[in-house]
Amino acid sequence: MKVMIAGFVAALVIAYAAPIVLDQFGWSSSAQYSSETSVRLDQSSR
Amino acid sequence: MNLNFFGAALFVLATLVSSPLWAEEASAVDRTATGGAQTLEDIMARQQQLKVDESFRSENLGNPANAAPISGQLGTNGGRSDADIWRGVRYNEADIRSQARTPAATVLIQDGGMPWYKLREGPLITYGGLALLGMIALLTVFYFIRGRIKIDGGPAGTTIERFKAIERFGHWLLAGSFVALGLTGLITLMGRSFLIPMMGPDAFATMAAGSKWLHNNVAWAFMLGLVMTFVMWVAHNIPNKLDWQWLKAGGGIFSDAHPSAKKFNAGQKIVFWMVMILGFSVSLSGLSLLFPFQMPMFADTFGFINGILGTSLPTDLAPHEEMQYANIWHSIVAFVMMVAILAHIYIGSVGMEGAFDAMGNGQVDLEWARQHHDLWVAEVKAKQGEGGSS
Repeated sequence: MKVMIAGFVAALVIAYAAPIVLDQFGWSSSAQYSSETSVRLDQSSR
Repeated sequence: MNLNFFGAALFVLATLVSSPLWAEEASAVDRTATGGAQTLEDIMARQQQLKVDESFRSENLGNPANAAPISGQLGTNGGRSDADIWRGVRYNEADIRSQARTPAATVLIQDGGMPWYKLREGPLITYGGLALLGMIALLTVFYFIRGRIKIDGGPAGTTIERFKAIERFGHWLLAGSFVALGLTGLITLMGRSFLIPMMGPDAFATMAAGSKWLHNNVAWAFMLGLVMTFVMWVAHNIPNKLDWQWLKAGGGIFSDAHPSAKKFNAGQKIVFWMVMILGFSVSLSGLSLLFPFQMPMFADTFGFINGILGTSLPTDLAPHEEMQYANIWHSIVAFVMMVAILAHIYIGSVGMEGAFDAMGNGQVDLEWARQHHDLWVAEVKAKQGEGGSS
């Protein structure tokens, strides 16, 4: 059961860390803004 | 019996094919009075949700040969009226130019939004939801008919290690993230129809935003779990002749037989390959949705299919169309996975005595192991014997 809980916690840790890590590469999948290379369709361009 | 079944299938097929609901089209319209433009009949037909042939509009984009001379008082618009140009914009035939150097800057109107929305809110929710409820009902009925599959003669009392900690970690990483993805995906897909009427739009907006965040980000854990389990178990999941024997015996599910199996039986191998293939596909479409401008995949996929099958699937897709296709495919594959995984969860928990221990603490009862994976037990014992003698 400990391993099961460890798996669930790891999934949440990865979810928390994913946007931070991706942002380092300029991949702003969850960023709330548009950039030169990533445009959110629901927001007007600058 | 087979003849009756064949006859019934033929009847259902014939009914579907001949049903007016499937092929209802608007009658031909005389548009001479409007000079080819749409008429009141066209508008009424659309309001009645009849299928309207849009080619009279999509192909009516003006003719440069009819252009007024450039020296004329009002100049020339290339033989096109404003209406012609806007029809071209709508049907993605206009030459749009923009100073904005962003991927979707030249897409001013995207015509596929409503068909996508109707498909998503209609058949996708209806049939996907029915499939999930149907599987739950089927498993409930099966449980009451078959009952819990017990260990014949009772447990041995001694255990054998079925899965190492790293294997269980990979499994639960995959399983935990899959359940989170499934629930948040269903909230996103069905919330508008089922949750807003219950909890109101404000509370749902908060829930939807949280679901979106979790869905987008826990997807990486799912992909990592997928890779881990593939690497650890692929060698044990190569199909062989033994699987055919296991399948012919129905896996012993409907009888008291215990067909031989190694580490994974044929049923588990089917689940493994289904999770791997569909998991890979749902991951690709999910990545395409996360990064629609960096990873458009459907245009290339359609081009590949066209090359093999000679079909004429569209290959010039706007980013919006890419996302519409990816979203529909993502949902369909996810529903298939959820339906199959419900059965996997059932047999791994309430459906079979002793099965959960394999992923719970990694130790299974020796008698359970002998009855369901006899050849694997023999292999493990032989290795232990080798280890002990060396």
